Order: sequence, then structure tokens, then C-alpha cells
Amino acid sequence: MQLQTQTRSKVIAVTVIEDRIDAATAIQFKEKMREVTKAGPPRVVLDLCRVQFLDSSGLGAIVAVKKMLGPDRVLELAGLTPTVEKVFRLTRMDSIFYIHPSVEVAVAHAASA
Amino acid sequence: MLPARDPDRRGDGLHLVFMASPPAVRDSLAQMLAAQPLRDLSPDGRGTAELVLAEVLNNIAEHSYPVAPGPVSVTLTPVDGGTQCLVVDQGVPMPGGHLPEGHLPSADTALEDLPEGGFGWHLIYSLTQDMAYVRIHGSNRLSFLLPRDS
Repeated sequence: MQLQTQTRSKVIAVTVIEDRIDAATAIQFKEKMREVTKAGPPRVVLDLCRVQFLDSSGLGAIVAVKKMLGPDRVLELAGLTPTVEKVFRLTRMDSIFYIHPSVEVAVAHAASA
Repeated sequence: MLPARDPDRRGDGLHLVFMASPPAVRDSLAQMLAAQPLRDLSPDGRGTAELVLAEVLNNIAEHSYPVAPGPVSVTLTPVDGGTQCLVVDQGVPMPGGHLPEGHLPSADTALEDLPEGGFGWHLIYSLTQDMAYVRIHGSNRLSFLLPRDS
């Protein structure tokens, strides 16, 4: 599970460099996210533009990361591909995340905020 | 050169047997998507098929075979309305001998109470039709239709 991070003054963008987050990799994803977000800005944007497939285990891991960040930090999502978007929509988990069309939009949003 | 012949392939359908563990499920999904009848579906149809089969097979890996991985067979048959799927394992029966209800866990909770699981059956039911389960001769037999346009 490879994650690429880019830290700005107010936001850390984490891009998942894998084509899937599934039952075989969900725990690894959660652990890597814990490492890369341990320190840094309160706002975390998870860029999923390369992730073509997410199952319920992967979804559970993303929710777990949101909980792990606690009430003083925020996890936002960007770049949902069609199947990934479908999983969020059908489980109504799209209602608990701010979802940006792309990480660029998310970061620009941070700069103007 | 002729493509390698899959000895388990029957007509345009596909029959696969493998051990139900998350890495084997992942490999088998890749194999299923690369072959008929899933190969020729739309990108959306393939995404849906992969999601449903992943949920079904990972449930089997986790709940049917809680101690050690066991065998599972998947049969995919193209039919008029889409793809008919039959998934058979020899693990423990479904709790109560019937399909789970698949209620979606509530997202309307405090941060620390947000659900991290319980989404699987809701996804499966949302994306399939004619879901049926029988326990027969020590096997769990799950059959369902992946509709053509879901």
C-alpha cells in the first residue's frame, strides 16, 4: 500500500497510489494513514483518483481513519472514480464526508478559506 | 496462436474453484473480470459485478470459514436479464439458516460511533436481484442475478 503525501500550511493531501482498497489491504491502508497523518495540519484530503475499486472493508477503513483523526481534525475526500462513488452513495457514507471533485480543487478551497 | 483453453469454461459461462481467503479472492476476481461473461459488460457493469462478488466472497472468507480458508466455487452464466451467479461453499451455515437482513447502519451518529462495517449485505442487495440461499448437503448455495443495467 503506497501513499504519497503533500503537506501545505493548512492541509495535507494524501494520494493513494494503488488501484484498490479492499479486504486484502484495508488494515494496511489504515496503518499507513495513521503514520502519514500522525503530525501535520488539521485538514486531511484523501485523494482517491487512482483507486478504481473499494469494497465495504475499504470503506470501513476510510471511516476508521476519520474517527482516528478525532474531533479536532477533518478528513475530506477527492477524486472519486465511478465505482468508488457508487459505494459511498449506496451506503450513504457520502453524507459524512466533504467530497471534492479533485485534490486540486480541495487544496485551492483550503487556500481561499 | 490460439488462446490458452480454460478447462473449466462451459460455453460462454465461467466456473472457478478457489480457496476463500482475501488474497485468493482478489486474484480470482481479476480472473473473472478478464473472462466471459463479465469481460464484455460495460465499465459500470464490471465495477458492479466486481463489487458484489467481492462482498459475497469476502463474507465467505470471513464467516463461512472462520478458522481456516476453505473452497468456494463461483459459476457465472449469461442470461437474458444479465449474469446469473451461483456461489457455493462448504463452510458454516448462515446464522439462523437464512440470509441476513442487510439493514444499512446509521450514519447519523457521533463521530466515535460511526459504523466501520455492516455495509456488505446492503451493497449486495442494492445491486442484485432474486437473491436466494439454501443450505443443502453441508453446502451453502447462494444464487442471484446481476442485472444487465444496474
